[in-house]
Amino acid sequence: MGSAGGALIKPVEQGVSPLSAMGAVFGRDVRVAFRQRQDLLNPLLFFVMVVSLFPLGVSPEVSFLQQSGAGILWVAALLAVLLSLDHLFRHDFDDGTLEQLVLQPQPLFLLVLAKTLAHWMLTGLPLVILAPVLGVMVHLDGNSIAILCLTLLIGTPVLSLIGSIGAALTLGLRSAGVLLSLLIIPLYIPVLIFGTGTVAAAAEGAPVGGYLALMGAFLVLALTLAPFASAAALRISLSNS
Amino acid sequence: MSEPLLQAIDLECERDERLLFKNLSFSILPGTLTRVEGANGSGKTTLLRILAGLNDAWAGHLLWCGKSRAYDRESFHRNTLYLGHRPGIKPLLTPMENLRALMAGRRPVTDDVLQQALEGTGLAGYGDVPCRNLSAGQQRRVALARLLIADEPLWLLDEVFTAIDAEGVSAIETLLQQRAAEGGAVLVTTHHDLQLPGMGRIVLGEGQSNG
Repeated sequence: MGSAGGALIKPVEQGVSPLSAMGAVFGRDVRVAFRQRQDLLNPLLFFVMVVSLFPLGVSPEVSFLQQSGAGILWVAALLAVLLSLDHLFRHDFDDGTLEQLVLQPQPLFLLVLAKTLAHWMLTGLPLVILAPVLGVMVHLDGNSIAILCLTLLIGTPVLSLIGSIGAALTLGLRSAGVLLSLLIIPLYIPVLIFGTGTVAAAAEGAPVGGYLALMGAFLVLALTLAPFASAAALRISLSNS
Repeated sequence: MSEPLLQAIDLECERDERLLFKNLSFSILPGTLTRVEGANGSGKTTLLRILAGLNDAWAGHLLWCGKSRAYDRESFHRNTLYLGHRPGIKPLLTPMENLRALMAGRRPVTDDVLQQALEGTGLAGYGDVPCRNLSAGQQRRVALARLLIADEPLWLLDEVFTAIDAEGVSAIETLLQQRAAEGGAVLVTTHHDLQLPGMGRIVLGEGQSNG
């Protein structure tokens, strides 16, 4: 027994630092994801399929693809992230690990942030890495591809962070998928507009610093506010279950 | 010396427009074993979730060591162990990884201690098997292994005997009694016929008219 000796059990004072608790949450999510690899491949496959179907379905002309390529990639990436959001808390909710997460003596928003970062690393980051290949496929030039990847690199964490709020809010509901999309898509639109706007500006030779600064502002805003909102939403969802 | 760990004053909870309990007051002292009783749907699980801090839809006062629980939530969580209906075990992870993840945010524990806890619940040799390959009872035992290393003064255990065999049940009973003797406070709900000496009771769904 941990507390032998028959003495009265004393209240526990010492804990674990929030940082190592975050690391544990992050590590566990990554480990679980790698034991279930098809869930990891789903958004990636979706991304590749949507982008590669556009030339077939609309027009394979180089001029068309050059003009709309960045937009196609951004929309496909956005939908791929949206597709994966339902998994963010769902499995944890079903097997009860989410309850234990909420009951940890740690600031919940930090643990949620760790989960969201794991989600981004497992869905958003692979999309960013794959984007140059698909960029070449839709005839984007080197400079546009570089800018596109940069916007995706700044933009996809925003998508994960905003998405975590929606995923947490719709956790207890049966038809969560539709509601999640309806809640989240309006919040994704500014990110999409500035993401594609940056690439368009770069293609015209205009300076992109302002655009990138705005996207960075989105990221900072999401990083500082979304975890609090998600943590509050999680508490509400668990309250009603 | 025996100041109540947790004190509930005039707790009231409504669920789906049905009053579960009202004017419910009780104290949980260190060194006591309390069983929450009531029929199905009388709000046992809801009460435990409220006490654990999972359910926020209630009225009344909850005092933790004499102060409002909202005052220092982290200290409350650090000193409370809640095991619910759902065991909190990831089917894809091994028992060892599960325990490690469950303890990680609470306090530093060495792998040896965790290994001993697993052996103590009869899971020796299953340390590297994914939990989805274990039976329901064995999965529950993984969650229960936490009781062997827990140092939280307050335990809230919801239906812990589910899927556990007779031998396991008596082992848990002994553990709970031992715990109370050592000065820990234990609150359990169970449909299992649990009769332990000195056990207190909180009865739900009696003498409470609806509406």
